[in-house]
Amino acid sequence: MKSLEELRALKAKVKNDMTLREGGEDTRVVVGMATCGIAAGARPVMNAFLEEVSKRNIKNVQVTMTGCMGLCRLEPIVEVIDKDGNKVTYVKMNAEKALRVVAEHLVNGQVVNEYTIGAVAQ
Amino acid sequence: MLRDISLHIHDLSENSITAGATLIRISLSAADGILTLVIADNGKGMSPELLAKVEDPFTTSRTERKVGMGIPFFKLACEQTGGSFRIKSEPGKGTELTGRLVIDNIDRIPLGDAGETVSMLILESPETRFVLELTARGESFTLDTDEVREQLDGAPINDFEILQWIKEYVNEGVLNIFGGVLDEIT
Repeated sequence: MKSLEELRALKAKVKNDMTLREGGEDTRVVVGMATCGIAAGARPVMNAFLEEVSKRNIKNVQVTMTGCMGLCRLEPIVEVIDKDGNKVTYVKMNAEKALRVVAEHLVNGQVVNEYTIGAVAQ
Repeated sequence: MLRDISLHIHDLSENSITAGATLIRISLSAADGILTLVIADNGKGMSPELLAKVEDPFTTSRTERKVGMGIPFFKLACEQTGGSFRIKSEPGKGTELTGRLVIDNIDRIPLGDAGETVSMLILESPETRFVLELTARGESFTLDTDEVREQLDGAPINDFEILQWIKEYVNEGVLNIFGGVLDEIT
């Protein structure tokens, strides 16, 4: 059985990570998480981003969620917004595509064109 | 449609967050062949006019489009098992919704990943106090994010590793409480 006391051990580690991160979070990954997003599978996408960003120890990326973006037929939708406010919108995402976005876009700075709204929604 | 109860809990709790709730209580209990879900918040509540039409899919608070399916979907998920759905709300006090699902009905959707629902809700709204209570066979499990915060002593509750821990903690609770009660929990 897990007990809440285990959190005390995690606490020190998390606080240590926090100080490492104090360069600021430059890039935001925003996952649409309204009824439409959830029904279309936004949660596995969200999980994939969270796990991969954590696994790769990427410090300057914040993964968050938002409500309906008004394009329900293209969900799950993910926006990647850089520190200057430039936005790339990925649509019809899944966990596998999320891993590629992390590797190519977040790590290497190359937009995955084939998943963007411009390429998918003709 | 949302394919499991945990996805509904996630979706319905989003409404509570949007309503400015600082406390959201989620309770799941199994008794006499019925699984009862109650989500109660202290958000801004709804006027009698809005409450009267909230079960209608063509009512929504969002501004992007004119349909809102969250509550109608959940109502259907309850009623298709022979269960029921009810919502109470008072402006300035909060909203409470109760869904009753017949456990052994073939149309009852599975519980799904309740731990993930809780961790996602915390990630989205780390300041909100979430209390999850699971009850069956006279036993219960509770997760109260205020208690978690107390242990964390200032470390952020929405950190990835903390959320992972909460997810596993809750799912262990689900297994202990609902194992053998809900077929899908093994």
